Amino acid sequence: MDVQTLTLIFVTASFALYAVIAYLSKARSTQDFYVASGSVSPFANGMATAADWMSAATFISLPGIVSFMGYDGAVYLLGGSGGFVLLALLIAPYLRKFGKYTIPAFIGDRYYSNTARSVAVICAIFISFTYLAGQMRGVGVVFSRFLEMSIDTGVYVGAGIVFIYAVWGGMKGITYTQVAQYCVLIFAFLVPTIFLSILLTNNPIPFLGLGDTVADGSVHFMDRLNGLEKELGFREFTAQRSATLNLVAMALTLMIGTAGMPHVIIRFFTVPKVSDARKSVGYALLFITILFLCIPAVGAFARTYFLEAINNQPYANVPQWFNTWEGIGLITFNDLNGDGIIQYLAGENNELIIDRDILFLASPEIAKLPAWVIALVAAGGLAAALSTAAGLLLVISTAISHDLLKKQFTPDMSDKQELLAARICSALAVGVGIYFGIHPPGFVMETIALAFGIAASALFPAIFLGVFYKKMNKEGAIAGMLTGLIFSLSYIIYFRFMGGDPNDYLLGISAQGVGLPGMILSFVVTMVVSRFYEPAPADIQELVEEMRYPEDV
Amino acid sequence: MQKKKYWQTKIKYLLVLLSIWFTVSILCSIVFVHQLNAVKLGGFPLGFWFAMQGSMIIFVILIFVYVRLINQLDKKYKAEN
Repeated sequence: MDVQTLTLIFVTASFALYAVIAYLSKARSTQDFYVASGSVSPFANGMATAADWMSAATFISLPGIVSFMGYDGAVYLLGGSGGFVLLALLIAPYLRKFGKYTIPAFIGDRYYSNTARSVAVICAIFISFTYLAGQMRGVGVVFSRFLEMSIDTGVYVGAGIVFIYAVWGGMKGITYTQVAQYCVLIFAFLVPTIFLSILLTNNPIPFLGLGDTVADGSVHFMDRLNGLEKELGFREFTAQRSATLNLVAMALTLMIGTAGMPHVIIRFFTVPKVSDARKSVGYALLFITILFLCIPAVGAFARTYFLEAINNQPYANVPQWFNTWEGIGLITFNDLNGDGIIQYLAGENNELIIDRDILFLASPEIAKLPAWVIALVAAGGLAAALSTAAGLLLVISTAISHDLLKKQFTPDMSDKQELLAARICSALAVGVGIYFGIHPPGFVMETIALAFGIAASALFPAIFLGVFYKKMNKEGAIAGMLTGLIFSLSYIIYFRFMGGDPNDYLLGISAQGVGLPGMILSFVVTMVVSRFYEPAPADIQELVEEMRYPEDV
Repeated sequence: MQKKKYWQTKIKYLLVLLSIWFTVSILCSIVFVHQLNAVKLGGFPLGFWFAMQGSMIIFVILIFVYVRLINQLDKKYKAEN
């Protein structure tokens, strides 16, 4: 069977599985729809959170980023994993104890203010839509490359399947499909990675293979790769390229942003007990780490391949997949010196441009693996994109149906009506997702930086102080959230869209690291403003106090 | 156990674990990466290894240690109240 038929079979089978799970887990109440009635086991929730967190960007783009950026790419791995320590220690168990359905609900009730609630709604929706655009795009790319559909059709099909389980099943449906999606995506990621590792280092465990010697045992793999990079004028794979402070700011922005991401935090509202919330974060990070540990390996392996097997080869001899990617514009070869040979070098004589995003998708073909592995990778990429999209849709729909409608505009709604409202909002959000997938803003990566910046600078300080500083009042929180939001937004808009000169960066911190200064500023403003007003009322302070102690005492 | 003591113990755990978190992820992986790279761990320069693998493994351990510590603390707290 050819690759395309196999891919079609794998993708259809995985979609059918998700649809069946969705059918079996219909949401019957808002409790079901918002938090799966708090009945998910910590282990299952760990898997669901891992799938929720690992997006199209993780699965498709990260191996490429690490491959091309070398050591500097590690900040994405540190950021994506380190935030879970903050979640476990500072956020998830407390918010689970507080017992609300959404982040704006926590902020609104903790700060006894609908203004605070609305600011949190704006942040949550903004973060989720920017993220959603990236997922839909990922779905489209996978469909167009592997099934030769148009990107638009791919987006419609992907949105259709998310629609079924997100709108029908709410959090309950999403949770169990995410568990299935985790299994699909981890399998799809490990298989080609393990094959590549055996091929290059004879070691079947990729993250050990990376530190092993090359297949003939003559030299350490890392040394060989560093040597190749140097020979062609690139920086060594293990060498640092950006300024230290910028890397620190990026890593901290990503970590703190992760700990403030609404679609991740709400996953921990679905477990039965506070102690389960803690344990569940541990499982989630364990499941994420299994994949993250393999990212540098697959990145380095594929990099070696490009440097060894593509560089200096006659263009006429390139493998079939090279031409396929060239056909959709993601590999460009420009024979500058007209010798018909591919020169892949640093600097102006370079003739080959490789889009980062193809690196992992192409890795099974690079390693000449059987067609079913390629089909598996396609299904895995879709699982990664769809699972994240569903979590984001839920944040958007609950922010509107619960935090705007039920809590503010139409408090008289019955549970049934609120459930219907949540479904309608979810459906509308799918519609917006389709729009972004088909008309992608050309700046998806930039807007994702923005999402992390806002989560770190606007949401994290308000949530953290809400737990650890019981006197914190609404005035301080609102001022802090707005400061974080406006600061991050203007920094990124100025430097990314209005042509701000990178030489003017604050202390050399790029737009992707804006969350760190933004968070510090937000903390300072929150503390200073709160001094001018009365501390939180006694009943609120008591609520906060309650969050800190074990249940049932 | 007094409520105050329970909370203070918890904060103490947090501070210790978070300083480890900061040390491996920011200090070992980024700030002192150059110095650590002089040491080799198998085929890896040590600082590079912390950034790409070591920190993540330590993060997972940190969370499970925290889960254990707090479960014990909770148990003690409940037993004494």
